[in-house]
Amino acid sequence: MTVTRTLATARRVLRQLGHDPRTMALLLLVPVLLLVLLYYVFDADPGRFAFIGSSLLGIFPMVTMFLVTSIATLRERTSGTLERLLTMPLGKGDVIAGYALAFGAFAVAQAGLATGVALWLLDLDIAGSPWLLLLVALLNALLGTALGLFVSAFAASEFQAVQFMPAVIFPQLLLCGLFAPRDTMQPVLEYASNVLPMSYAVDGMTQVLRNAEVTGDFWRDVVVVSGIALGVLALGAVTLRRRTP
Amino acid sequence: MINKSPVGDPPPPPAVRARGLRVRRGAAQVLKGLDFTVERGSVTGLLGPSGCGKTTLMRAVVGAQARVTGDLRVLGAPAGSAALRHRLGYVTQAPSVYLDLTVRQNLDYYAAVLGIPRAERARAVAGALGDVDLTSHADALAARLSGGQRSRVSLAVALLGTPELLVLDEPTVGLDPVLRRDLWALFHRLAAERGATLLISSHVMDEADRCQRLLLMRDGRLLAEGAPAELRERTGAGSVEEAFLRLVDADRARESENGESENGEGDR
Repeated sequence: MTVTRTLATARRVLRQLGHDPRTMALLLLVPVLLLVLLYYVFDADPGRFAFIGSSLLGIFPMVTMFLVTSIATLRERTSGTLERLLTMPLGKGDVIAGYALAFGAFAVAQAGLATGVALWLLDLDIAGSPWLLLLVALLNALLGTALGLFVSAFAASEFQAVQFMPAVIFPQLLLCGLFAPRDTMQPVLEYASNVLPMSYAVDGMTQVLRNAEVTGDFWRDVVVVSGIALGVLALGAVTLRRRTP
Repeated sequence: MINKSPVGDPPPPPAVRARGLRVRRGAAQVLKGLDFTVERGSVTGLLGPSGCGKTTLMRAVVGAQARVTGDLRVLGAPAGSAALRHRLGYVTQAPSVYLDLTVRQNLDYYAAVLGIPRAERARAVAGALGDVDLTSHADALAARLSGGQRSRVSLAVALLGTPELLVLDEPTVGLDPVLRRDLWALFHRLAAERGATLLISSHVMDEADRCQRLLLMRDGRLLAEGAPAELRERTGAGSVEEAFLRLVDADRARESENGESENGEGDR
């Protein structure tokens, strides 16, 4: 694994996105538009908007990066480019880190825009620092990238890859505390939510929303989300095989 | 000089040396114990009908194939060793280029992966583009190119790092006659001027005479190995295609005599 090759991979991934302005526009604008929609849905209840809106700021990067990465790496696997790259002096870590870097950078732009609009145009009132929101959003994007990379190994087609979205993301969405507080769920579900990373992602956002100072729970959330992201990235590296049947 | 020269490993080891090469895919034995040698600096053709195992053999040589058994040495090292990744160029059958990048951006990325220093990258890219006659399309998106142009981009990638061994899987399929002639001239130039070894597969027999040496395959086995003239002479055929057909017929006759006993001892 070398810095030059990792950076070259990240630049290549961003260049690919650059030739696809429609995808870029969708990635950047859809979260903003959904937040605006949500703002008017909770027209009469700004407190509810603050809670769900801040949670969504964490969920968007995870979901979009999951989809983008799973499709992008599936294409690499099926088009022969990955096979070719792995016969060259490129480390698996270069591929993984290159993707994580590129989509991480893109996620910062996406989350920055969405957070900016939420805070300054939609009057989302948070107690903590907006930078902490951005930090959690970035970690969530990395988690999404990691999960996408990993599941792409189990998809043989883009149809299958897209179906992993409801399979992997929706259960987490239902259990993360957005719809009902986690401690009020049926105990089995509460335990399940304790091991799902999105629960910590959403909790991290809520901590920033409610507390002016950085709480211990916030750090726990940050550690859990980044730990799982790194672990899944490592699993993703295992699915990159130089020799395939 | 027919085949299998019993070498005591002379100073430069052969480009590829296989002994008892077998590959399994699922339940099927795709390569059934191959012995062959690809000499350094040669243009060697790998010919045989579709599905006979040419791609699998090439993937084994570049280290992309799983479940390979037997002895396979490439440039003196075991196939797939990390040290070989700098010294090989591999062109897959389907063009493996990024369709959403321009030709130049594709080559630029692969050049970086091959470790060509930034200062020399532009020159290496321009050289490879010139080799495949795509200079005028350098800034076109790969998705906008024709199939033949894309496969030339894919070929250009393999020419970037001045590899010692080029493994090309059907690089001239679907190209027009002029381009095919130019590419074969390029292949011979690479061998003559850079001392590169080229292993080129094709299922088009009329390309056989452009090679210095041939490996004829059928159904996961090697039928014959040698120069085109030598194979014609040995079989008394007028063309390599005819020679191949005669060898196939002889092989079939032998098969029915032996009652299909070609599957030798088991492997892992």
